[in-house]
Amino acid sequence: MSANNNAPLLQLDHIGKEYYGNRVLSDISFSIEPGEILGLVGENGAGKSTLLNILFGMPVITSTGGYEGSLYLDGKHVHFTSPTQALAAGIGMVHQEFSLIPGFTATENILLNREVLNGSLMSFVFSDRVSTLDRDAMRQRAATAINTLGVHISPDMTVNEMPVGYKQFIEIAREIDRKNTRLLFLDEPTAVLTETEAEILLIALKKLAKSGIAIVFISHRLAEVKELCDRILVLRDGRLITDQRSEELSTRQIASLMVGRESLRKEEIVPEIPEQALEEVNVDETLGTTTLAKKKKKKKPALKVEHLWVDMPGETVRDVSFEVQKGEIFGIGGLAGHGKLGIPNGIMGLYPAGGKVRLFGKKLTLNKPRAALGRKMAFVSEDRRGVGLLLDEPLDWNITFTAMQTQGRFLIGIPYIFQMRNEMAMAKETKKFIEALSIKCTGPGQKAGELSGGNQQKVCLAKAFVLRPDILLICEPTRGIDIGAKTLVLDTLKEYNKEHGTTIIITSSELEELRSVCNRVAIVGEGKIAGVLPASSPAEDFGMLMLNAHSRATNEEDEYENAEQDGEKIA
Amino acid sequence: MIRKLFDIIANNAVPAVFILISAFAIPLSGFSASYLVQELLTRIGRNSFLILSLLIPIMAGMGLNFGMVLGAMAGQIGLLFICDWGVVGIPGMVLACLIGTPIAIVLGIFCGHILNRAKGREMVTSYILGFFINGVYQMVVLYLMGWVIPITNPNLLLSRGYGVRNAVSLSGIRTVLDNLIPTVITNSEGAKQFLNINGAGSFFLIQLPFFDGTIRIPLATFIIIALFCVFIVWFRKTKLGQDMRAIGQSQSVADSAGIPVNRTRIIAIVISTVLACYGQIIYLQNMGTLNTYNSHDQAGMFSIAALLIGGASVSKASITNVFVGVILFHLMFIVAPMAGKNLIGEAQIGEYFRVFVSYGIIAIALVLHAWKRNREREAARRSLRGNGGNA
Repeated sequence: MSANNNAPLLQLDHIGKEYYGNRVLSDISFSIEPGEILGLVGENGAGKSTLLNILFGMPVITSTGGYEGSLYLDGKHVHFTSPTQALAAGIGMVHQEFSLIPGFTATENILLNREVLNGSLMSFVFSDRVSTLDRDAMRQRAATAINTLGVHISPDMTVNEMPVGYKQFIEIAREIDRKNTRLLFLDEPTAVLTETEAEILLIALKKLAKSGIAIVFISHRLAEVKELCDRILVLRDGRLITDQRSEELSTRQIASLMVGRESLRKEEIVPEIPEQALEEVNVDETLGTTTLAKKKKKKKPALKVEHLWVDMPGETVRDVSFEVQKGEIFGIGGLAGHGKLGIPNGIMGLYPAGGKVRLFGKKLTLNKPRAALGRKMAFVSEDRRGVGLLLDEPLDWNITFTAMQTQGRFLIGIPYIFQMRNEMAMAKETKKFIEALSIKCTGPGQKAGELSGGNQQKVCLAKAFVLRPDILLICEPTRGIDIGAKTLVLDTLKEYNKEHGTTIIITSSELEELRSVCNRVAIVGEGKIAGVLPASSPAEDFGMLMLNAHSRATNEEDEYENAEQDGEKIA
Repeated sequence: MIRKLFDIIANNAVPAVFILISAFAIPLSGFSASYLVQELLTRIGRNSFLILSLLIPIMAGMGLNFGMVLGAMAGQIGLLFICDWGVVGIPGMVLACLIGTPIAIVLGIFCGHILNRAKGREMVTSYILGFFINGVYQMVVLYLMGWVIPITNPNLLLSRGYGVRNAVSLSGIRTVLDNLIPTVITNSEGAKQFLNINGAGSFFLIQLPFFDGTIRIPLATFIIIALFCVFIVWFRKTKLGQDMRAIGQSQSVADSAGIPVNRTRIIAIVISTVLACYGQIIYLQNMGTLNTYNSHDQAGMFSIAALLIGGASVSKASITNVFVGVILFHLMFIVAPMAGKNLIGEAQIGEYFRVFVSYGIIAIALVLHAWKRNREREAARRSLRGNGGNA
């Protein structure tokens, strides 16, 4: 098949990519042989998607200035500028989201835009598009492709009637049907599958690889990656950290390679710290920082969440229960799209939610933001510019707006009859916060939209502080702001917690950040709490929890359950 | 079970309401069966083609093509020319179609390009686009015709010397298609009478002994409509039809599969516009007069209303919907004025009903569509949540 038999199927030579001066990939070099299965693992934002986009010629790469380095297919230099070119060269891609047409049958989807056509006179006059479809031939081809995978799905079943797992098989069948496919990228194909389905898929993939198709497999389920792949590549912060045969790595090693920063080195030097010792240390540290929580241990928790579900698009929460003690800083982490943002948004009533939420023992009415605000909860949204701020209004409005609406402050006049804004009080309060949080602005009259991201975030915090909340929920406090502002925001939160004893719940994608601020951190996976750990637990424990959220079948699970229980005991 | 029943009714609510109204109105109106059948057949022949032209854009996910009035205008321009040139009969109709086709194609391409820039808002965009093109049409017909565009027949022009009159007689092509293959259904007695009046030989006479009254059938028109239906069935089986269905369900998926989405959408609109042009010509040959400035206005609205009454939705429509719709819609038009007169002595109520119903039905259909889509979305989200939702 290949022009030069000695050359690898695909070779990457010093591939790098920058988005607007922000480096996301640097110096990636590896190669893949026909029939080889390569596992690509890394945290969110490690650069996996960017790498795939480059290999698949996605327009987003070309439109942002292309990439560095070069790609060789069969030893020949290639440069894809559109997915069509990549497809023509024999590269297939199975996306994370299903790209299937719901009302079409399996056959129609597998052969989408590659339909078998009856020849007709009309097609000579016009184009092939006026030829009718040869349904029988199509069904046969689809059945062949499905059989190759070793599953039993009727080619006539429509996709919207299929269980999720089937859809994934249909996607893969579509790529297999392409005759020239030699290299297949699978982006988290097992994320939506049940265990049995995932097993069938792995077997099918191995079978495919034997037939000579090379596979690049991306997954967060490390056990699977280890089982399936011949080689494992770990990406971290846009760099290729390791490229090893999968036998040489344990899942734990992979996990620490993915998340570990300093902890990685620590582990290399001292390969095994006894778990017991580690936990003891943790307990001590945690007690040190949460004395307040400990004292009030007998009392009702500040926030008790039981079986919460939230319908937030893209961040669905399925069944979440946890407790937060008064005065605690509680972190919620986890991979994007697993529901961590849904929790605070659901509690505050911004998205349809159900389950039980108790605030200091009293039940909270869900689905009504007003009710949540009325119970002295404040919320800083992850959508700063959309939900958090009135961009076209001055700072003093922004900061005092919620307090004015829900608590009737900053108003003069007679309630319910005639009231107007107390501009003086508003400006005074705003000035106080501008000073306290060192918000860079021209004054309380400046429009919120004119500030930088970090200063906007401070305004959001000020808006929440003005409410004098008992519980403060903050989503992604440092998203999109520079490092200096990050530290300031986090320090502000810590200070506020110390001074006022406010319970704070922080949701963030950045684990390091959570570990540096919080007392305890809950990791969310697939809409459920995968575990709660004291912040001082080693990074790889968090990493394993994050990844274990996907595969609960690993042997190491008991270990983490213990850790989880310990975490809760401390609370 | 009850849920299923509810779903069936909810999915067919509109036709059900109309059947119910008709069931009350028909006896009230006191019309004879043969009169009703005759009227219905005439109207099916007159309107079906126009309504059928709506199907293809729906298939391509572009909603109800309010832009079909563009095609209607193209057809009317064709008719104006043949009136001026004095081409009559079937050749006149064919010539009108030939003149209208390129205009309809150009307008269709224009419309398609604009709709590609307004994805997801096709309906309101094409509706407003209809108004805009109406302005252009009026400028051409009211000012340019007889001045820049030569119109020689003074009967067509306004007395000032340029611009076309408000009402143009289409006597040259009146019912030529309907009567191309003259067919009559009657009983033996009626046949005798009919032959006495019209003479033998030139009619297909179908005698049904139990039949009361005499009915003329526009057979040639029906044949054309049948051919059109065959075309649509065939079209659905082609690659192009499959591509349109794919685009109709998910543009992004179709795009990533390499289907030229924008081009295909333009083709759908062009086909619809051209067919609407032919539909309007067939419609007007039956009417026999052209209201230069109004005829096309109602073409879109009434066709869309009829289609929706037939049980179609913004995203799904079939040939059955077309015929059920045209029968129910016009049945009500025929009987409602008379029923209104017999009931409260006011024929105006029928006319009032006609307008009220057609606009009301469109509004209801759009609301129902949005409601259904929301329900589906919610169901999809609920299924995403899994078992946690039961807690």
